[in-house]
Amino acid sequence: MAVKDYIRQRFLPHMWCPGCGHGTVLNSLLRAVERLGMSKNEIVMVSGIGCSSRISGYVDFHTLHTLHGRALAFATGVKLSKPELNVIVPMGDGDALAIGGNHFIHACRRNIDMTAIVMNNRIYGMTGGQFSPMSGVGIHATTAPYANIDRDFDVVEMALAAGATFVARSTVYHAQQATDLIKQAILHEGFSVVEILSQCPTHFGRKNKQGAAADMMAHYKDITVPVGSKKKAANPELIERGIFVQKDAPEYCQEYDKIMQQAMKG
Amino acid sequence: MMSNQIKFVQGNEACVEGALYAGLNFFAGYPITPSSEIAEILARRLPAAGGKFIQMEDEIASIAAIIGGSLTGNKVMTATSGPGFSLMQEALGYAIMAEIPCVIVDVQRGGPSTGIPTHGSQGDVMQARWGTHGDHAIIALTASNHQDVFQMTVEAFNLAETYRTPVILLFDEVVGHMREKLSIPEEGELPLVERLRTAVKGGVDYHPYLPREDGRLPMSDFGGVHRYNVTGLYHDMWGFPSADPKVVHGLIHHLVDKIENRANLLARYKEYYLDDADIILLSYGSAARSALHMVKSRRKRGERLGLLELQTLWPFPREMVRTKCADVEAVVVVEMNMGMIMQEVRKAVADPARVFLANRIDGVFINPEDIRSILRLIQGKGV
Ligand SMILES: Cc1ncc(C[n+]2csc(CCOP(=O)(O)OP(=O)(O)O)c2C)c(N)n1
Ligand code: SF4
Ligand SMILES: [Mg+2]
Repeated sequence: MAVKDYIRQRFLPHMWCPGCGHGTVLNSLLRAVERLGMSKNEIVMVSGIGCSSRISGYVDFHTLHTLHGRALAFATGVKLSKPELNVIVPMGDGDALAIGGNHFIHACRRNIDMTAIVMNNRIYGMTGGQFSPMSGVGIHATTAPYANIDRDFDVVEMALAAGATFVARSTVYHAQQATDLIKQAILHEGFSVVEILSQCPTHFGRKNKQGAAADMMAHYKDITVPVGSKKKAANPELIERGIFVQKDAPEYCQEYDKIMQQAMKG
Repeated sequence: MMSNQIKFVQGNEACVEGALYAGLNFFAGYPITPSSEIAEILARRLPAAGGKFIQMEDEIASIAAIIGGSLTGNKVMTATSGPGFSLMQEALGYAIMAEIPCVIVDVQRGGPSTGIPTHGSQGDVMQARWGTHGDHAIIALTASNHQDVFQMTVEAFNLAETYRTPVILLFDEVVGHMREKLSIPEEGELPLVERLRTAVKGGVDYHPYLPREDGRLPMSDFGGVHRYNVTGLYHDMWGFPSADPKVVHGLIHHLVDKIENRANLLARYKEYYLDDADIILLSYGSAARSALHMVKSRRKRGERLGLLELQTLWPFPREMVRTKCADVEAVVVVEMNMGMIMQEVRKAVADPARVFLANRIDGVFINPEDIRSILRLIQGKGV
């Protein structure tokens, strides 16, 4: 199936600003699905609220556009109640890690088989450029007019600590790599997290003088290195791209099946 | 031959039995007194019956998970008490907006806040009605004894499926924890409403939000041949977000009218000695037990007292209450809050000045003595 066949043409044009990175994430995601040759009926996309979460409206899967921060909780109900479905959960950085932080760590811990994609633009895009838990100290935002003092954390480290069994990161500049990582994440049996750095030129870019969308994308090339690169040792500020963990662990739905068999024996 | 299974159970277990009878096969919850037994019993019973149970990280996640479980085609439920019910309000509104069948049990305890966990209260009546933001309508049922808890639980699932809506079961600590006899009906004895699924074939356009002529909206399970969008935003017949004033106006009317216009049809209630009553006690839930006791003892003395026991609280059965309470000297609303249903009754009847309140709000179960003192006042006998 061609990539464009995964799109709901009827609902275009999309609502993203020109130069928004979220469209590139959609592109990587659909290419991953296409390469895996998945049928549209077997995929459920569950998203929350934010510019990023609008992604679910444009794809021709079963789509569930839920509440700010709660996508993973809705998705858990979909997956456990029908484990044969492939569940993909794109989320914004605020969505996944501020309001949805609790669901995020528990989904990692539970190791239920689904693919979380964090579209990290380090800002609340939809509500007009307030800082997020990913913004970091020194960043300017509408709610940090003097510069942000609210410390950030690293999504990858958080996911690893919470027990996710597949954790990876890429950027919209590295769209090919992002496609490959999403593909592997979907294939992984367990809870997988893929963080994709995505630009918000409208708010983050403008407030922090990062130039146009193309400049912001090019910047991802400069500030990232492949996992394990020697450059990182020399310059700890660099952000690593690639797979951080990929391991087998008991998957929740499969474990529940065993409980059912045990319970039915009486 | 009908041989009903007889059990001696807590109200919470009667609720579980009703839910399983109705076909519950997916439950998500988070423990809280006085509802935890519902989760505990289902953790054991559901997998044995081929269903699924999951303990989530909080009540927000619990209601979110059952909404997800409903969309794949299951009958779903969660159970909680006041603090958890507060957390569920945003997602409750989502289920209303996206028209997802689900059942939410609130075994009420004293509030606000952590309140008084191990004591009964009926203080969530208005939260059930207006807890989630925005104009909306809701169905909420209650019961005063275990047989009715069972029956109303089955009703809740039936109404959720019929009207594609969340239904709230407002029980209370007294009924939830009390032990009483329950007779479980044979299979087939109580009618069950199953999910209405679309007859539209794959490849043909299916509109998840286009009501049929009878107002019902056939569903299609996630994973099936029809792919569509579900959202909490105002949406068109495909489920796609829309801010078109016509779409917005039409949808809110559809959501409210499908329930409010059926208030008579949805009214479940019981009546005792109403035919010749001079004074009507109007009550519901565990408080109705004391009210019934009062009515029966006064009848022995020849006093013409009657009881109207509401089982449907929302949509409030205004017409029914107005008709039943016409021509009586007084209506005494017996409840364990500061007059939530009393206010509704005042709005419903012709003469609001004749509506009185006999209540108890100190965590102690309302007893016939509490009702007696109000009756003495009304009858001009002093306190
Ligand atoms: C409970 C709740 N609180 C707040 C909001 C308002 N809100 C909508 S989107 C959003 C943040 C979006 O930021 P992010 O998740 O990073 O996504 P982005 O728009 O940047 O892609 C907020 C705060 C909401 N919809 N619901
Ligand atoms: S506000 Fe930012 S995140 Fe939202 S669409 Fe525009 S560029 Fe993208
Ligand atoms: Mg963001």
